[in-house]
Amino acid sequence: MLRKRNKTVIYGLYNDETDLLTAVNKANSKHLDIFDVYSPFPIHGLDPLLGLAESRLHIGGFIYGLLGTMTAFGGMTWIFTRDWPMIFGGKPYWSVPAFIPITFELTVLFASIGMVVTFYTICGLGPGVNNTILDERTSDDKFALAFDLGSLNNDKVDSLRSFLKESGAGEIHIKDI
Amino acid sequence: MSVVVSPIREPLIGGNKTYHQITEDICAPTETTPPKSWVIAFIASVITLAYGLFCIGWLIYFGTGTWNLNRTIGWGWDITNFVWWIGIGHAGTLISAILLLFRQKWRTGVNRAAEAMTIFAVICAAIFPVIHVGRIWVVFYFFPLPNTRGPLWVNFNSPLLWDIFAISTYFTVSLLFWYTGLVPDFATIRDRASGFRKKLYQFLSFGWTGSAKHWQRWESLSLVLAGISAPLVLSVHTIVSFDFATSIIPGWHTTIFPPYFVAGAIFSGFAMVQTLMLVTRHVLKLHDYITVSHIESMNKVILFTGTMVGVAYLTELFIAWYSGYVYEQFAFLNRATGIYWWSYFGMMTCNVLSPQLFWIKKFRTSIFWTFIMSIFVNIGMWFERFVIIATTLARDYIPSSWSYYTPSWVEIGIYVGTFGLFFTLYLGFSRVAPVVAIAEIKSILKSSGNQYVNHHKDAHHHNINEQHALDHLTAEHEGEHHH
Repeated sequence: MLRKRNKTVIYGLYNDETDLLTAVNKANSKHLDIFDVYSPFPIHGLDPLLGLAESRLHIGGFIYGLLGTMTAFGGMTWIFTRDWPMIFGGKPYWSVPAFIPITFELTVLFASIGMVVTFYTICGLGPGVNNTILDERTSDDKFALAFDLGSLNNDKVDSLRSFLKESGAGEIHIKDI
Repeated sequence: MSVVVSPIREPLIGGNKTYHQITEDICAPTETTPPKSWVIAFIASVITLAYGLFCIGWLIYFGTGTWNLNRTIGWGWDITNFVWWIGIGHAGTLISAILLLFRQKWRTGVNRAAEAMTIFAVICAAIFPVIHVGRIWVVFYFFPLPNTRGPLWVNFNSPLLWDIFAISTYFTVSLLFWYTGLVPDFATIRDRASGFRKKLYQFLSFGWTGSAKHWQRWESLSLVLAGISAPLVLSVHTIVSFDFATSIIPGWHTTIFPPYFVAGAIFSGFAMVQTLMLVTRHVLKLHDYITVSHIESMNKVILFTGTMVGVAYLTELFIAWYSGYVYEQFAFLNRATGIYWWSYFGMMTCNVLSPQLFWIKKFRTSIFWTFIMSIFVNIGMWFERFVIIATTLARDYIPSSWSYYTPSWVEIGIYVGTFGLFFTLYLGFSRVAPVVAIAEIKSILKSSGNQYVNHHKDAHHHNINEQHALDHLTAEHEGEHHH
C-alpha cells in the first residue's frame, strides 16, 4: 500500500549540499516556511537551520536500558532468593557479582531493541511501509528543498518558484505526496 | 559548509568520484547478472553447506558419540570452532562501533561488509553450542523459560549461561545496527529499480524517504548503538573467556583471559575482514573505495592486536613459572612441548611471529602479503583455541586419565560445513545488498575524496613551495594510485 500524506509540495533539486545549505539560509532570511529537505546522506549543519530540535532518541535508549537492568537484576534476585533459592559452589543465594554479566547484556539488549523500534515507529517507517517518494534522485545525487503549497494562492506559488530558481535549483517540480 | 580536509591524510576515495558515480559503482553488483566466478563460488559454498548439514544430521541422529571426544577431553573441535567463529565476528563490531566513536573515516569503506561478516560468523558460531548438547530437542533448557521440571530455573551463576545471553544479545544488536545502516542504501537501490526488484527493495527499505528529521534520528540512533555496541563486543569475548577462566583447570584459571581473548578476537576478525575484502574488492572492482590505505590501516590493527596476543602468551608462561605452582607450570610445559606441541608451534608462528612482518611498510601495503598473512592469522587463531581447549584437557591432574584426541569425520565435516554456510550467506549478501555503505561514503566524499584531498594538498603546497616541488608530489601520488 502506497502511503500518502495528502500534501502538495513544490520542490527544487540542488546538485550539491553546499548549494542546498545556502538556499536554506536564504529561505530562512526571507521567513519562508520550509516543509522538508530530502538528501542522499545526512547533511551536517542542516538541523539548526531547519529549526529541528536535537533528537530525544538517546533519552529513550537510556530509559529502555534502565528497564533492562531492572528486569535482569530484579528477575535474578527474585528467582534465586524467593522463587527457588539454590546454593551454587557455597556462594550466597544473592550472589551479586555473578549477576553482573547478564544484567549488562540485558541492559544493552533492551536499549537497542527499544531504540530501534522507537526510531522506526516515530519516523513512520517499517516492514511493509511504502511512502511516496518526492523524487527518486534524492537517494542518489540530488538534494531537494520542499515547500508545502497548502492553500497558497498562485502568486505565492510563483514567488516560491522564483525563489527556488534564484537560489540555484536545477529543476523545480510540484508533486502530491 | 566548510569541509575540513586534512592535508596529511591519504584520500580514502579514489577515481574523482561524484555522488552519482558512487551510486552507480556500488549498486552495480546488485543490478547485474552475477559473473561466472560468483556462480561457481556460490555452488561450491552451497555444496559445502549441504555436506555440513548432512554431518549435523548424522550427529543428531547417532548422538555425540560420533565425535571423538572422551571422558578426559570433553571439549574439542566444537568449542574451538565456536570460539574461533565468534572471535572473527568481533572485527565487524569493532569497525562499525569503536571506529565510529573514534571518528575514523576509513571505516566507511569496509564497515558494511565487516558487519555482515559479524552476523554470518555469529550464526556459524552459534551452531556449535546448540548441536553439542546431544539432545537438541531440549535445547530450550538453555533459556530461563517456564518448564515441566517444576519452577526450576537455569543457573544464573554459570558462565555458560552468561554466554547464552551474551551471544544472543550480540547477534540481535549487530543485526539491528547493520540493518538500520542498510535501510537508506536499500532505498537508493529501490529508487533505481523496476518491476520485481522495485517491490523487493520497497519492502527492504522500510519506506525510507531521506527526510532531514529521519536522517537526524538515524544518526542519533547509529551513534548510541555504536556507543553500546563497543562495551558489548568487549563483554562478549570476556564472557566467552569466562567459560574457561572461571573453571579450576590449570592453564584456564587465569585473570589475563578476558583482555587476551578480546585482543585475539579482534586480531582474527581483522584477518578475516582482509581475506574477504581483498577478494570482494577485486571481484566487484571496488579499488576506489577500498584503497591501499584502508588495507594498511587494518594491517596496523592486526600488527597491534597480534603483538598484544604475543605479550599475553609470554605473560602466561612467565606467570606459570613465577607462580611456583607445579600444575600450572606443567600445563604450560605440556602446551609447548607435549603431545600437541605442533599446535602450540603453529599458534606462536602464525600469531606472534608472522604479523611482525607488518612493521615494514612494503609488506603492510602489499595486497599479496596481506592476503597470505590474513590466512596465516586465521590458522594461528584456530590453533590458539585448540591449544587452550584440547591440549589443556588432554593432560589433567591424574596421569591415568591422560588422553589424546583427533577429530572424527563428523567433526571435520561440521567445521567445513560452517564455511559453506558463511560463504553462502556472504556471497548472497554481496549480490543483494550494497557491500559498501553508500550514504556513508557520500558523506565523507568532500573530506576524503582524492580530488578534494589532492586539491587541498596542491593549494597548501603552492603557498610554501615552488612549482617543481608540487610536480614531484603529484607524480609521487599518481605512482601510489597506480600501485
